[in-house]
Amino acid sequence: MQFMLLFSRQGKLRLQKWYVPLSDKEKKKITRELVQTVLARKPKMCSFLEWRDLKIVYKRYASLYFCCAIEDQDNELITLEIIHRYVELLDKYFGSVCELDIIFNFEKAYFILDEFLLGGEAQETSKKNVLKAIEQADLLQEDAKEAETPRSVLEEIGLT
Amino acid sequence: MPAPIRLRELIRTIRTARTQAEEREMIQKECAAIRSSFREEDNTYRCRNVAKLLYMHMLGYPAHFGQLECLKLIASQKFTDKRIGYLGAMLLLDERQDVHLLMTNCIKNDLNHSTQYVQGLSLCTLGCMGSSEMCRDLAGEVEKLLKTSNSYLRKKAALCAVHVIRKVPELMEMFLPATKNLLSEKNHGEILHTSVVLLTEMCERSPDMLSHFRKLVPQLVRILKNLIMSGYSPEHDVSGISDPFLQVRILRLLRILGKGDDDSSEAMNDILAQVATNTETSKNVGNAILYETVLTIMDIKSESGLRVLAINILGRFLLNNDKNIRYVALTSLLKTVQTDHNAVQRHRSTIVDCLKDLDVSIKRRAMELSFALVNGNNIRGMMKELLYFLDSCDPDFKADCASGIFLAAEKYAPSKRWHIDTVMRVLTTAGSYVRDDSVPNLIQLITNSVEMHAYTVQRLYKALLDDISQQPLVQVASWCIGEYGDLLVSGQCEEEEPIQVDALEDEVLDVLEGLLVSNLSTPVTRAYSLTAIMKLSTRFSSVNRIKKVVSIYGSSIDVELQQRAVEYNALFKKYDHMSPNIAVITIHATNSTEADMTEFVFQAAVPKTFQLQLLSPSSNVVPALNQGSVTQVIRVLNPQKQQLRMRIKLTYTHKGSPVQDLAEVNNFPPQSWQ
Repeated sequence: MQFMLLFSRQGKLRLQKWYVPLSDKEKKKITRELVQTVLARKPKMCSFLEWRDLKIVYKRYASLYFCCAIEDQDNELITLEIIHRYVELLDKYFGSVCELDIIFNFEKAYFILDEFLLGGEAQETSKKNVLKAIEQADLLQEDAKEAETPRSVLEEIGLT
Repeated sequence: MPAPIRLRELIRTIRTARTQAEEREMIQKECAAIRSSFREEDNTYRCRNVAKLLYMHMLGYPAHFGQLECLKLIASQKFTDKRIGYLGAMLLLDERQDVHLLMTNCIKNDLNHSTQYVQGLSLCTLGCMGSSEMCRDLAGEVEKLLKTSNSYLRKKAALCAVHVIRKVPELMEMFLPATKNLLSEKNHGEILHTSVVLLTEMCERSPDMLSHFRKLVPQLVRILKNLIMSGYSPEHDVSGISDPFLQVRILRLLRILGKGDDDSSEAMNDILAQVATNTETSKNVGNAILYETVLTIMDIKSESGLRVLAINILGRFLLNNDKNIRYVALTSLLKTVQTDHNAVQRHRSTIVDCLKDLDVSIKRRAMELSFALVNGNNIRGMMKELLYFLDSCDPDFKADCASGIFLAAEKYAPSKRWHIDTVMRVLTTAGSYVRDDSVPNLIQLITNSVEMHAYTVQRLYKALLDDISQQPLVQVASWCIGEYGDLLVSGQCEEEEPIQVDALEDEVLDVLEGLLVSNLSTPVTRAYSLTAIMKLSTRFSSVNRIKKVVSIYGSSIDVELQQRAVEYNALFKKYDHMSPNIAVITIHATNSTEADMTEFVFQAAVPKTFQLQLLSPSSNVVPALNQGSVTQVIRVLNPQKQQLRMRIKLTYTHKGSPVQDLAEVNNFPPQSWQ
């Protein structure tokens, strides 16, 4: 996979994961063009299209488009399953996920994606294991936060 | 200074903006606050500020001033900081940035961190966007982690190694020892997927690695078998299929290992047949596996039965309700149509049906595949479908479709008439989409179809009467009228059903002049029609009219037209004295015997002071029993106004034998040469 984009039906970007090195300008250009192309597709069309020298696989879930760019030798049908798996992970994590969850917790959406895919390939094919890892990392974050909570002055000098 | 606002708070605020300008104002304000916070080197809120910056970056605003802050976050000991820091690095610190390399040391430390989730963060970052130098520096650490017993880290290290190999292929060798027991049963299958991906990458890049890893084929076959046979494994299950992601990757690796190798191909034959027949096809996931299986069967040295099985799977895919499945079927069939032509031919009618599909990509593939399947046997039927498709398809397709039809027609045309009719049909239905080089090619085709000249020019003329907007059609038509205008006005036609065209010289000139003045005509078209008009001066009698038209264009704004007109005018002046002395003779040849005269050629010779021009005959078959005639026009230039004498020679084939006849004609009426 070369990149994955999530965007709304109005063309607003909600997540962008790039697995190839490109300048900011190029990324913006690609995003703009691709978003336009995908939004122009009619419901009766298939989920695949050829764009530049890449294969684009996209699927709409409620108000969000999930769009991946894969290479010639990659399997389009299994990419649809990859997208679906990511949606399932988000759904399990947020509990009936909707676009607002992704907007307000975009960093978590990235963390989940980075626990599922690495360098554009799936690192873990068990749903349970991905969610477990995220859970553990979140706990670690909570512990770290707690450790940082400012203690009272009395606590500081050891009087309580 | 008050605490910087929280991330969710900022997101909420920005979303209340009603205009782009309002949003920009909010963003600028917050960025200013963040900048000053950064300047104060505030450790507590750095994480929060960078997170906000990343949000604003996603909205499209510049965030480069946060790059160094990401580095500081990565270097922090707090897990929260590292999480956001690495995320920021992946979004803002790609290898094109100057500060990218500054990450190297932090990543190195974190690769050896005591907490696996920190190690995971650094592996992920390195594996997603590490530059070549960074990969070089840290490959050793990755290799170490590839050998750890911690499967959580090992799978990440495997994919990180894939990235390292992609960036620095020379480093591939160093990962070889670690691959030794990647596929072994001891791993409880947790790292199988990433291991297979790593092995695939190495085999794709190096023929040596490929030969080395061929010995893994039996093991891979076994793993695949277990997956298919194994019972319900809810963790890795998708719609009742065990770990489809792993199945697909194994099939892909088998494809690479089996290609060009008899032994490996044979070793995987059974399992491929098993997967092909046993996989559940009701959902996309099963079809994804079947698709990969088909690709593998077609690429390795599989036995013919297996290949037919694969093509039949694709044939079934074509009938699937799911358009995605139909799409991949057509793509795969396109890849195999050369090598397994006959097997694919069996599905021709289904493929042709896909021309009517609503999806643009499916239509295109169906069109390409249809052209690949056209042959001498099915040309008539296929062409009907393709012409129908040409009528109704999107403008984007018309050029390619037209070219494809021309090519197919050239290769497999069952008759000249069919060929010309097909060409005409394309020109009249998609004339404006035809490629520029088609015009000279078609003119060539028409020139070579000697016996079709009259038919062709009459049909083209009729088409012009209907529509002069399609330029390639108009150009070919103009050229033909210029060349065969005499056949046009004579009304003769060798075909059984004549076109019923009543074309008088003046009407024809009206049409051509109409092209010259029409707004629809391009400059190229105008040039064609002017030349055609000029050529008719030697075929028609209304020379004065033609001269007038040509002289008008001597002052045309279009330089090309002007030049032509001026040159034609000069020609007229030069040969002005010729005109009254040209005798136009039309011969009619008829045949009252019971057999046709074929390969009929009329030749004539005149005394030295005369000049002779023979125009092309209407045909070279004189039908038996006076059922038709061959017409031919002879123009004789007689500058010295001498009595016209002519020697003629007829050659033809009659009842299988060649015949030659010589004669002298001396009884031309005096008006013809005085």
